[in-house]
Formats: sequence, structure tokens, C-alpha cells
Amino acid sequence: MINPEKSTREAFVDVIPRMGEVYPDLWVVDADSGSLTGASSFADNFPDRYCNTGIAEQQQALLSSGLALSGKRVVAVSQASFLVSRSYDQIRNSIAIPGLPVTFIATHAGVSCGEEGAVTQMLEDLALMRALPNFKVLAPADYWSARHLIEASIGNDDPVYIRLGRMPLPLVYSGSDADFSPGGGRMLVEGTGVTICACGIMVHEALKAAEILSQQDLSAEVIDCYSVQPLPSQVILASVRRTGCCVVAEEHVSRGGLGEAVAALITRNYPVPVKFVSVEDRFGQSGRTEELREYYGLTGNQVVSSAVQAWTMRRR
Amino acid sequence: MDKAVLKRLKTVSNTVRQDVIRMAGVARCGNLASSLSIVDILTILYWKEMKIFPEAPNSPERDRFILSKGHGCPALYGALAHRGFFSREELWNYSRLGTMLQGHPQYKITPGVDATTGSLGMGPGIASGMALALRHSTPSPYIYCLTGDGELQSGSFWESVLFASHHGLDKVILIVDLNGLQSEGSTDRILSLEPLSDKFRSFGWEVLRAEGHDFSSLEKAFSSARDQKGSPSAIIARTVPGKGVSFIEEAAEGANRMVLSREEMDKALKELSQDQLSTGGTI
Repeated sequence: MINPEKSTREAFVDVIPRMGEVYPDLWVVDADSGSLTGASSFADNFPDRYCNTGIAEQQQALLSSGLALSGKRVVAVSQASFLVSRSYDQIRNSIAIPGLPVTFIATHAGVSCGEEGAVTQMLEDLALMRALPNFKVLAPADYWSARHLIEASIGNDDPVYIRLGRMPLPLVYSGSDADFSPGGGRMLVEGTGVTICACGIMVHEALKAAEILSQQDLSAEVIDCYSVQPLPSQVILASVRRTGCCVVAEEHVSRGGLGEAVAALITRNYPVPVKFVSVEDRFGQSGRTEELREYYGLTGNQVVSSAVQAWTMRRR
Repeated sequence: MDKAVLKRLKTVSNTVRQDVIRMAGVARCGNLASSLSIVDILTILYWKEMKIFPEAPNSPERDRFILSKGHGCPALYGALAHRGFFSREELWNYSRLGTMLQGHPQYKITPGVDATTGSLGMGPGIASGMALALRHSTPSPYIYCLTGDGELQSGSFWESVLFASHHGLDKVILIVDLNGLQSEGSTDRILSLEPLSDKFRSFGWEVLRAEGHDFSSLEKAFSSARDQKGSPSAIIARTVPGKGVSFIEEAAEGANRMVLSREEMDKALKELSQDQLSTGGTI
């Protein structure tokens, strides 16, 4: 089977010019990151609806608010570390509270952006954005789901945060499969022994883990929780009712991300043991992507060992 | 300015001031001094300068107004109510649970409020987005943005100022309510903004000076600002915190924290009614 690897960022590069054609009211607001993020693919086609605010992410968020208040659809795009944390106040007050149709495209999230070190390796974005009422938070695992989620987000009227990465990833879905929306999740592998919830690059590690676990006679169920907020609650709860235990894997600090979101859901509805594969209370650092993922424990092997631990503690 | 117009504006501003006092008195909230300092600016904007449609508050043709100093919203709510955006009775519910007049202005909740504001320094950035979005529409509306002076200390404010001039957003008209007061005291003492005109000019803005309680002075400034082509305008309007009520004006640095007792509210209203009698007429 041909399974070429493509990054989720490429999905943005490919789909955003088409979105410009579909929506004549679409603007892209960039903060001097066009060649890195792919925003330049829109700028080349629609220079009148593209604006580079310069290295000024607060102005980027405010400008997006003003455009949206004047009836435009807006995509604000930059590297995750700057897009979110520098302008959090502006995002909260001028976009989240009034609930404006602005889609934030954050690239270079997580340690998988490699050599650049802690400053740009944003590991706290899901927590920050998940905390904001009105926001949808999405972390797709492959090119096609990213592409469909970007299309869906631009098409609706809510503020959305979409986390993308630059690392090439195998395809999980096909182009014709377009059933992705905020609040959705996908059952990728069915199983009875342990539920594995994952988002972004960790979906691929979860799939590797499920293979290894099946060789050890532990049947894992893998859910792509690409929608971190709102969660695919029914899919997750139905699964843990079958398996009685859960592992959550994410390229994010252990606080406030998908792990705590799933744990809270489970605790409120059907308490079972939950183990976490995430970055424990640390910032990133420079290194090669593969080294970093090994160092921070963001691997299929780590998911396997957490799954076994969860299974031994499972609710029977 | 025509005498009849001037008299009308004075009457309106006095009436709005009285309702600001009532609102703040009923809600037992502060920000009185910074609300009273902008009443005359809001009066001339809503009764003379801006193109607005109270019966169709979201009309695309309307001029936009952004109260960057969102804490001054009692004055905005007073103006909007008297201009017919909603019933005056709503004013007595100001900042109460479940009502339309929030403690800071919120878009979608209050008719006539064009942007959610209150986290300071954000108005000009939102205004620049509106101006960019609407620059090619016909007619192309003006975007009026009223800021305090203390909020000019924030960094993002100047990001927005830089942006608006670079993009030649000449529909943006910023009014700085230069009342010299911020939460913890005098702006000059805490972090001076002077020379403020030079700062705006060096960022490529047209700068106009006005007396913020003199309608003729404000009218001239607005007229010049609208004539400006190719760059945004800032009207730096000198105002008095607590304007119109002597004991609030005299409270100086303590004025913004003042919460009126029943007696003080009566005293303020009495003073304003006497002024109204001397200028004549009611709204």
C-alpha cells in the first residue's frame, strides 16, 4: 500500500488557497511567518485579503477581531508558541468572549519541531486554549483529517484553535473520508482490554502500541481524539465501559491537555484507572526530533508500558 | 457652532451625566470620574458626528464606535439609552446578573456596542481590523475609538498605532481622553506619556488637540480628522476627571475609587440639575 508521509502543516498550505476561492470573505492574518507556516500560499493568490502584521501577535489577534466584527471570516496563523501565549489576553477578550469566527492555525507545536529548543516547542497550547469558553480545540493526526478540519472550521462561526506540526506523518485517513468535526473522534482499532486515547502525532504511536499489545494478547482500542475541546465523550465513555481502563497519549505537558480532559470526563461519568503518556512538568530542549521523542517518552513503547499498567489496575 | 446645537448638546450631556450618577449610585460601583470625563465626547459623537441607526444598530453603513476604555461604559450606556438603542430603564440594571449592561461593554449583548472591550489598550487594534475590512465598502464608515490615557502605557497599543499608519487607515479616528488619571493615581507620576503628540506624529499619525469639554473645539477636531487622507488621526482631548460634579472633580486622585453614598448621589444630581436650569431645557 502506498502511504506517503505528509505533515499536517502541508494540509494548511494545500487547502487555504481553495478556501480563499470558496469564501470571498476569508482573510488570512499572519505575523511574519508566511514562509514557515504556509500562509504565503494564500498571500500569493489573494494579496488583498492577506495581511502580515509584522512581529506583532497581539495586533494580529486584535486585527482578526476587528475583521471578524466587520463580517469577515478570519484565519490567524503563526507558530504555536507565539500565536497563543503572546496574545492570550487579546484572544480571550477580543475573540473568545464575543465568540467570533476566527480560526487559529498554530504550526510548529510540540517537541517534534526539533532543534529550536524550549522557546518554540510549544507544549502548553492545548491547556491554554482548552480553558477558554467558546473555543474549539483540534489536534489532527494526519494530512487528511487536518485538511478536513481546517475546511470545517473556516466554514463555521466559532473560534477554533487547530494545532499542526511540520513533521511528516503517515496517512491515517483517505481524502474521500470527510467526516471530521469539532466534538468528533475516530475509533481506529477496536479492542476490549484497554482504551488508548491520543491526538496529533501520538495517534501514530498509539497505533504502533496496539500492534505490540496484540502480540502480548492485550486487545487495545485506539481512539483518535482529534477534538480536544469538545471531547468525543460518547466514544470515549462507551470504550472505557468495555475495557475498564484507559491510556491518554499527547505531545503536550501533562497539565491541562487531552490527558486531564479525558481523565475528568471519565472521573465524572465512569471512573476507571487512567495512565498518561505526556511530557511531565518540563519544557522542551534542542535535539533531533527522534531523540527528543525518546527523551520525553513520547513513543509507542511508552504507550505499551502505560497500557499494561492501566490494564493491571483495570476496573473489573 | 450654531447656538441651538450647542445648547442641545449641553442639555444632552447634562442629562447623560445625571444618569451616569444614578447608574453608579444604584449599582454602587466606581469608575465614576473616568465615566464623567468622556460624557461630552460621547455626546458630540452620538448626537452630531457619527452616522448611526439606533433602530437598526447593526446597519453595515453605520460608523463604528469602540470604547477602548471599557470601564467608562456607564457613560456609553447612558448615551446609547438616550439615543434610543435601548430603554432608559435598562440603565438601572447596570452590572446586575443576567442583564444586557455588563460591567464592561460586550458585543452581541448590548445593542449599539460594536466591540467587546475593557482589557486596556485593545481598541486601536480592533479599529484597524474594522478599517481594513471596510476600506473598500461604499460608503466606507469611520471607525471612532475612544481610549483613556493610562492605557497608552501598554505595548500592544503601539503595535496597533504602528499598524494603522503603515496601512494608511485614514478612517480610524482615535480620541484620547486625557484626564491625567489612572487607577493608582496621576498618569504623569506613574508613567508619563509626554510628549504625547510627538509620539503619535513619529508613528505617522495626524495629531489634533481639543478641549474635551468644549463642543466647538471637539467639532473642529472631528472635522479636521475626517478631512485627513492617507493616515489615521488622533484627537488628544484634555478632560477633567469627574467633570460636572464639583466634589468628584475635587477628589482628584481618589475620584476613580469613589463609590457614592445616597447623600452624595443626591448632592451630585442637585448640582447637575442646577446647571441644567442655568443652561435651560431638558432632553
